[in-house]
Amino acid sequence: MPHKRTITGLKTALEAGEFSAEELTRHYLDRIADPSNQYNAYITVTEEAAIQGARRADQERAEGLPGLLNGIPIAHKDIFCTKGIKTSAGSMMLDNFIAPYNATVVEKLFEAGAVMLGKTNMDEFAMGSSNENSYYGNVANPWDPGRVPGGSSGGSAAAVSAGLCAAATGTDTGGSIRQPAAFCGLTGIKPTYGRISRWGMIAFASSLDQAGPLTRTAEDAALMLEVMAGYDNRDSTSIDANVPEYTRILGNSIKGLRIGLCREYFEEGLDSTSEQLILDAILVLENLGAIISDVSLPNSRHCIPAYYVIAPAECSANLSRYDGVRFGYRCESPADLDDLYKRSRSEALGEEVKQRILVGAFTLSAGYYEAYYRKAQQIRRLIKNDFQAVFENVDILLGPTTPGPAFKIGEKAGDPISMYLQDIYTIASNLAGLPAMSVPAGMNAGLPVGFQLIGNYLEEGRLLNTAHQFQQQTDWHQMFPPQGDA
Amino acid sequence: MKVTRDVVRKIAELAQLQIRESEIERVIEKMNQVLELVEEMQAVDTNGIEPMAHPLDATQTLRADKITETNQRDQFQELAPETQDGLYLVPRVVE
Repeated sequence: MPHKRTITGLKTALEAGEFSAEELTRHYLDRIADPSNQYNAYITVTEEAAIQGARRADQERAEGLPGLLNGIPIAHKDIFCTKGIKTSAGSMMLDNFIAPYNATVVEKLFEAGAVMLGKTNMDEFAMGSSNENSYYGNVANPWDPGRVPGGSSGGSAAAVSAGLCAAATGTDTGGSIRQPAAFCGLTGIKPTYGRISRWGMIAFASSLDQAGPLTRTAEDAALMLEVMAGYDNRDSTSIDANVPEYTRILGNSIKGLRIGLCREYFEEGLDSTSEQLILDAILVLENLGAIISDVSLPNSRHCIPAYYVIAPAECSANLSRYDGVRFGYRCESPADLDDLYKRSRSEALGEEVKQRILVGAFTLSAGYYEAYYRKAQQIRRLIKNDFQAVFENVDILLGPTTPGPAFKIGEKAGDPISMYLQDIYTIASNLAGLPAMSVPAGMNAGLPVGFQLIGNYLEEGRLLNTAHQFQQQTDWHQMFPPQGDA
Repeated sequence: MKVTRDVVRKIAELAQLQIRESEIERVIEKMNQVLELVEEMQAVDTNGIEPMAHPLDATQTLRADKITETNQRDQFQELAPETQDGLYLVPRVVE
């Protein structure tokens, strides 16, 4: 069953000639088409491009030039522009949008030999925590199809979890990689802001958006990140810093690693079974020699308010480009220019997106900027300062990824606040720009639970190393959802 | 801070969004829920705190003033709903 293997496992099999990249790709394409694997994880399946890519990978291997991800079948969140292929961002607005170029992330993974199987479903413009805001419909969680896979990278998470690709790309503005990873039993990392180029990644909130991989293991995440990361002069917020060979540091001992438990993250609101699983995970790390201590991030409770000012404000600015003139949806027979703008936007944008645009436009409007956006940006620095103070004494932070396991489809729809609180543990690292990852911690009544690691700037390697050492002692990351077991 | 119907109408105009009369009460309610959620920010003392624009305080990079891109207008305009002679078409603005 190649689809249960990790990237590392698939690399070994491809090297040994157990199967070709084309055979492997066809296996995944068959699984995607199989009626028993329908989670609505994909918006577009790029069968032809996948076969072509796999043949190219096989040829490169035959020529003795295989890239780091030669022949590995992956999926891209439909927020990354893919040349000649529909890139919808989960929106009716871009249902007709064929991207004229590749995102840097897409280009880099292609150059490393990865094979794109298709584009995955997502909350519209990445706004959501359940994948219920997609124009293309809900995504089912492979662990329980009545539940959400998380969001906004819900399709990517469901696809990896169900063995419909070996790994997938995602984006994380407030938890959109880590929360779905936790809900679907995966490893997911959001690197330092600026670590991965945002070029060709459709913008939601530019000062928070960061790309990253969703994978089965930390080792796979290390491989993906190594390829995806790096300076790009086409993204002015990209960081010009060396990208380590992450896979080489995974074997390091974590003896003496100082892990801080953020007190505020273990207070009210955390599901008790999830909490117990996280405490068990801490014990595993302690047995590996990590030194655990309590720390405090006093400004934690201001994260949600600051985020729900900054993200909508930036969203309202970014989404002003969808005007029905240059690309995307245009309404039928507009009466005049004003009607064209208004109807094109109103007809093609979903309810949550419009709601956020309105909140953002309000907070940026005359007389309110100081009280909202500027204030939130000041609080953001306080949050960053909290982390910097804590990182004087500990190497990484550990806590929950989400308040509880995956919730039922429809359970939180229509209640924005309850949905927004899903992000309570994840958004701090977006506001501060710190790298953070979710790692499977165990099962809560048949549903996966993740724990979160947060590191200092550019210390993705340390997070991956810690997660990998944890995964050498546990087998939660090897669990496979029951439906897809056939 | 709570928004009223008039404020929401004005903001919708600024954001070029239409709100149907049947939807407006719900939109107002949801906006007020979010504004109430973010209200507690106002209690935080941020006196003298520099707003954070980039986590690593990176500044805008400069590049040499050289032409690096070629004109791809035709390719981009293929995506447009309506063009003519290399121009994007919209309904007549000036009579």
